[in-house]
Amino acid sequence: MNIFFFKFAAFLYLVGTLFYLAHIVSLKQSLSRLATTAVSIGFISHSLALLTRYVEAGHTPVTNLYESLSFFAWMIVGIFLACNLKFHIKVLGAFLTPIALILMLFGLALPKEIVPLAPVLRSFWHPFHVFFAFMGNAIFALAFCCGIMYLVQESQLKAKKVGAITKRLPSLQVLDDMNYQALKYGFPLLTLGIITGAVWAEYAWGRYWGWDPKETWSLITWFLYAALLHQRLTVGWRGRKAAIMAIAGFGAALFTFLGVNLLLPGLHSYANW
Amino acid sequence: MEVIVVGLNHRTAPIEIRECLAFPEDKIGEALSQAQSLSSLRENMILSTCNRVEIYAAAREAERAVLDLKSFLSQYHHIALKDFEKSLYAFAGSEAVKHIFRVASSLDSMVVGEPQISGQIKAAYDLANQAKTSGYILHRLLHRAFHVAKRVRNETKIGNSAVSVSSVAVDLAKKIFETLEEKTVLLIGAGEMCELAAQHLVSGGVQKVLVTNRTYERAVTFAEKFRGEAVPFGEIDRGLKGADIVLSATDSPQYLLKHDQVSKVMKDRKHKPIFFIDIADPRDIDPRIGDLENVYLYNIDDLQKVADENIRDREKEAEKAEAIVQDEMDKFVQWYRSLDITPTIVALREKFEEIRKKELDKTLSLHPDLSEKEKKSLEALTSSIINKILHEPMTLLKRSNGESTADLYLDSLQTLFKLQVAPPEVSRETPHEALEDPSEEGEKRS
Repeated sequence: MNIFFFKFAAFLYLVGTLFYLAHIVSLKQSLSRLATTAVSIGFISHSLALLTRYVEAGHTPVTNLYESLSFFAWMIVGIFLACNLKFHIKVLGAFLTPIALILMLFGLALPKEIVPLAPVLRSFWHPFHVFFAFMGNAIFALAFCCGIMYLVQESQLKAKKVGAITKRLPSLQVLDDMNYQALKYGFPLLTLGIITGAVWAEYAWGRYWGWDPKETWSLITWFLYAALLHQRLTVGWRGRKAAIMAIAGFGAALFTFLGVNLLLPGLHSYANW
Repeated sequence: MEVIVVGLNHRTAPIEIRECLAFPEDKIGEALSQAQSLSSLRENMILSTCNRVEIYAAAREAERAVLDLKSFLSQYHHIALKDFEKSLYAFAGSEAVKHIFRVASSLDSMVVGEPQISGQIKAAYDLANQAKTSGYILHRLLHRAFHVAKRVRNETKIGNSAVSVSSVAVDLAKKIFETLEEKTVLLIGAGEMCELAAQHLVSGGVQKVLVTNRTYERAVTFAEKFRGEAVPFGEIDRGLKGADIVLSATDSPQYLLKHDQVSKVMKDRKHKPIFFIDIADPRDIDPRIGDLENVYLYNIDDLQKVADENIRDREKEAEKAEAIVQDEMDKFVQWYRSLDITPTIVALREKFEEIRKKELDKTLSLHPDLSEKEKKSLEALTSSIINKILHEPMTLLKRSNGESTADLYLDSLQTLFKLQVAPPEVSRETPHEALEDPSEEGEKRS
């Protein structure tokens, strides 16, 4: 059942992506509304997928790569829909929905059986760790998209090419504000994710911090965002620099999540397949 | 009955002639009544803007009415017809309808797609309504014209892009800052150029205006115009620190703002973005300043280039708009051809005859034993009933031919009996619907 909901959600994200892209090209409002509807229904179906899987497995379904991808995609879409309600940046959908879609397609290719919970994951702290870490990452995904849009928009304006692209992208100010907002919420979540992870590690392996690759990379990510936040507040790093940092930060976050699992051997590799 | 247009516009007449023929707003009511007294006219309205003077009318006979209106213009304005006749154009029938639709959707404007015209037509139409010189035809025509304008606005991108240097600057500012509200603009120079461009920014919502000028006194008087604040030229860096938009238009022969100076200011303002608009010739702002981070610098040529591109885009969109106009014109012409009484009479007769035949056949098939003679008298009886019923309406219709009441009768008959006179075009939106928004862009008369 949960797989069906998952596939249905993935399908609707695909529909949403196509409509968002069509909206960007044609600028027709109706297409954007259709896209948002598709993605919203997809999100509901996705939520059901997680819920039914939780019921079927008897534990929070974030214990292997497929489940993590699904959860991450769910978070991204959730953050996007919440953001859509508040800021009305329609083009954001054309960037974020495809990211969620790719994660979903990746997930579809992986084994999806429910396996008994590894003892190390049987912890009160584990769901919190995962929740904070992925929520932080989902917000950084948003900042990443805004960063890309910022760089494109800025280069257009600097090059004095004021045309179709400029018209479709939001203003620099809005994009930079989003960058800051994302940092403001994403950074504490990432911090919480790392702290709860450390507490869990204490229970699981008897130490808070062991420089395992995942821990190391999450710290690198944390330092990148910490640096950006600090520079932003003190010397006014904004605009281009902030956009580049948001892109680099999300790159690091993604590597912490996927790269480490797939490329570097370590304790977190239980989550491999 | 024919729709006609007589008038001139910015393409056909120089400003001197347009000025002479323009109707001041407060005189239009009276002029409308005078034109209405021409026996060849049934309805009329006058559109008078700084780019065009046009009379739209429903005429009993097109050719007569055009001549009458020409001499009306001449007499009303006390100018010999020969002095302006070459500038006049006159259209009748579908050509006139098309012209009015094109004007309303701003395809005939000097700057294609400019939004004022729609409001100006609305105002002209309101005046005609007040003077009671508009009637059935013009109501319908104008409502369709507003509908066309709305379609053109919604279905094409004709009015979307800025086509003047000042509005391009405002658009750019919005792409940088999202909104001009709570923004501060620093004006360097106190000349006419500066004032014009600043006006655009201020009406765009800029909150605070700073003015600096080599002569401080001029800056003070200039600042008063915008309820702004004068900054002594020596303290220009202080102004730069607080401003979001800097507009420079002086006749200084060398750069007023240097690279190093602005670079330092940017540090002071924590790299808050700043938008420089240099509309001076020669330029006031060192172009290298545009390379600084979070600095956006556009000079007059850059702005003009954007405006030119937008104009080209508009022209492309105009082609789509022309297709919409054509489509709507066809619909309107179909409707108003149906106002001709003959086809309606024929259709009405056919409809009644059809019913009579059908019912008669039914009765006859129920009574196969009727004799030929009895059948004949039934035939005669039914025909006679129908003729009697139709007699009064037909006489009335024929008598009212060419009057506005005829149109009402025809339209009612077509609706009541569902007559297929011409291919039907019965989407009859209420006037309220059709009129809803042309005025929203402001009814500034020029």
